[in-house]
Amino acid sequence: MQETIEKLKVQIIEQLNLEDVTPEEINPEEPLFDSDLGLDSIDALEIIVMLEREYGLKVQSKEEGQKIFYSLKTMAEFINENSK
Amino acid sequence: MPRKIYITGLGISSAIGHTLDDVVTSLQSGRTGIKTIKHVDSRFRGVLPAGEIDFTNKELADILEIGSVKTHSRTALLGMLAAKQAWSHDNALPLRTGIVSATSVGGIDRSEIAFKKYMVTHDIGGHLHQLVSHDCGDSTERIADYLNIEGFVSTISTACSSSSNAMILGGRMIQNNMLDKVLVGGTDALALYTLNGFNTLKILDEEWCMPFDKNRRGLNLGEGAAYLTLESEESIKVSGSTPICELRGFGNTNDAFHQTASSPNGAGAYHAMALALKRGNLDISEIDYINAHGTATPNNDLSEGTAIKNLFKDYIPQFSSTKSFTGHTLAAAGSIEAVISVLLMKNRMLVPNLNFHNIMDEINIEPIKILNENVELKTILSNSFGFGGNCTSLVFSETA
Amino acid sequence: MKSPLYINATACISPQHTMESDDFLKTDEINIDIPMRSIEPNYKSYIDRRYLRRMGRMVRMGVSTAVKTLKEAGVDNPDAILVGTGLGCLEDTVKFLQAIYESDENIASPNQFIQSTHNNVAAQIALLYGCYNYNFTYVHRGFSFESALLDAVLHAAEANDQPTNILVGACDELIDMYLEVIEKLNIWKPKNTSDKKAFGVGNGNTPGEGAAFFAVGNMQQPNSIAKLEALQMIYKPRSKEVLLAQVKQFLSIEDIDLDTIDLVLLGHDGGNNAKDDYSQVVDELFSARPQGAFKHLCGEYKTSGAFATWLAVEMIRQQHVPSFVRLNEIESSDTKRILIFNNYNSSNYVLSVISYV
Repeated sequence: MQETIEKLKVQIIEQLNLEDVTPEEINPEEPLFDSDLGLDSIDALEIIVMLEREYGLKVQSKEEGQKIFYSLKTMAEFINENSK
Repeated sequence: MPRKIYITGLGISSAIGHTLDDVVTSLQSGRTGIKTIKHVDSRFRGVLPAGEIDFTNKELADILEIGSVKTHSRTALLGMLAAKQAWSHDNALPLRTGIVSATSVGGIDRSEIAFKKYMVTHDIGGHLHQLVSHDCGDSTERIADYLNIEGFVSTISTACSSSSNAMILGGRMIQNNMLDKVLVGGTDALALYTLNGFNTLKILDEEWCMPFDKNRRGLNLGEGAAYLTLESEESIKVSGSTPICELRGFGNTNDAFHQTASSPNGAGAYHAMALALKRGNLDISEIDYINAHGTATPNNDLSEGTAIKNLFKDYIPQFSSTKSFTGHTLAAAGSIEAVISVLLMKNRMLVPNLNFHNIMDEINIEPIKILNENVELKTILSNSFGFGGNCTSLVFSETA
Repeated sequence: MKSPLYINATACISPQHTMESDDFLKTDEINIDIPMRSIEPNYKSYIDRRYLRRMGRMVRMGVSTAVKTLKEAGVDNPDAILVGTGLGCLEDTVKFLQAIYESDENIASPNQFIQSTHNNVAAQIALLYGCYNYNFTYVHRGFSFESALLDAVLHAAEANDQPTNILVGACDELIDMYLEVIEKLNIWKPKNTSDKKAFGVGNGNTPGEGAAFFAVGNMQQPNSIAKLEALQMIYKPRSKEVLLAQVKQFLSIEDIDLDTIDLVLLGHDGGNNAKDDYSQVVDELFSARPQGAFKHLCGEYKTSGAFATWLAVEMIRQQHVPSFVRLNEIESSDTKRILIFNNYNSSNYVLSVISYV
């Protein structure tokens, strides 16, 4: 689980081009959106793209995405549950 | 007192017709041009609905009598087809003329093919002819050269408000005595690029779109072109053109909210409409019909509907989106819907907002549901809103 | 033009040290590296990282020069934002196409699609400043910048007696694929030299890129540095005679006595024609005037006219024409009036007059 979270941090930083943000700065429990990271709906779509490309997981809609992307932890849980 | 801007020519090429008469017939009979994609070489062919035009590029070239397609992009061909209907001019007349066109895809319908091959072979040789029409200015120059238009030549690209903005620039150049007669409008062809682009944004409807409906899911893309000739009063005396109606008012603003989404209260839309009314010296009670942008995305229709309610208050005019007829023709939407608005005015009819069934709870206003004939339409407002928060409203009125 | 357009501030990113240095005109050594790519600033000092992360290179160039210009002008809510770009955001366009094809149209980045829209620079500026005003983007080849400038002239004319502040500029980028294409198309031959005379008359130009912005208005202000007195775009004249006639007509209508022109700043296309119409017109009309060149500094691209305008403004501001600009030995006693005559592809010609305030 921890491994997935660490990997996700790097992937998010890369996919969203979060220059100047280090993995250490991202708190896995905290909300990804409405936070200092300043992510918005376009970033949500980018994360959907990343999940599909890196993990082969499809997110059907922005609404479903909003639940999964609440935090890095919820994302990691989604990945672990669906990768079996 | 600013110079009046007369509309003296119209031309259109769209999924609902390639002549003004065909378009009127389609509108009157409620016949949509949206069908499953048939031509574009994409995985979405046979899958997604769109307002696709049922001519191949070769067939378009034949209609235009230009011999082979050569290096013309589909965007250019569609533009030429529409522009040809709208423009008629003797260059010997002492009039300052020009063309202001608009496009968002330009010639990418061809360059994307070249690029696919380049990716595999990493050599662009052999595909160069696909690339020369890539930039946005190409289709404008093809139209200008095809119709022998001399003088001012320019192109605008502001996403889905592009061709409305082309009309604004042309109109202002007339008002400021820089031009006498100008062809304005826009063109966009369906392309792999835009199909995929809108798909990544998840705002496409996999079925026929439902503008202003409670259960709307997204937009259907379309393709096409439309042009109008604008002239000053002095120009008409020289050219002998017959005025069809006036471009009475216009306004362009920026929503400054988000790159693709409109602000929830539709501030940009509100201000664009307000500006257009102000420029045309009109009161909210004077608008007889609004041709809405109405893309059928959850975001736009709520935002635009809210703006209409807030601006028009107790005087909300009859309104509809015609995008369930034509699809969303991107840069061409503004001028296509301008031509449609003028046709409605001249034919004294209001047509239903196709595929509308249930009112949106949030705003509780509904678009036109049935065909109305013998209607006096003195003043029509038309909206086009593009990515990057670009909001444009145009007002057309009967000639006094 | 009925009234001049006052230029109150300007900034430029180019293949020369023009953005983070005020001393470019006094430099001993110009950059002659091929291909002519921009010397880019530290963008973080101009653009908040939340917006910056999304922007491709061309957008960064455009937005940062716009920001610098607005800061210098002391304007944070321009009445209009007008941008010209010939090819838009090529890098993002190519990346998006690549992603589509690699994934058989399944997986692609929405951000790249959005960033590739031609009006993105103008949109980003509006977002950064919360500017709700008029916002247009022009995309017509060698007229892209000048169309935006014309729109600014219109705005100034429509403002009547009210002061108006307008942001106008242009940007274009050079990507590797583009270099390959134009080489194969035999349009421009890369030319590795600092000899500005080589950039013209059939000797080839090298492609370039850059961004330049201007804060302009209808009224002279204490910080006004120059003014635009006249502007004309000439589209595909049928012959050299027609081009000559149109240039003469421009000079006549705008009441420009060539003796009052201190420098004619030329933009030879350097295409394959040995002695193209443009060069012949220059010889016939301007051989007795001091001449200068600019494309050896910025390269050839659709919005190079914005660089030429920036250069003219700076030469007027600093009252100095550097030797690396001069094309002939004729000199003027003043640097008060510069005529720009640019040629894009022998089909889009531009004339403009920048003068002292």
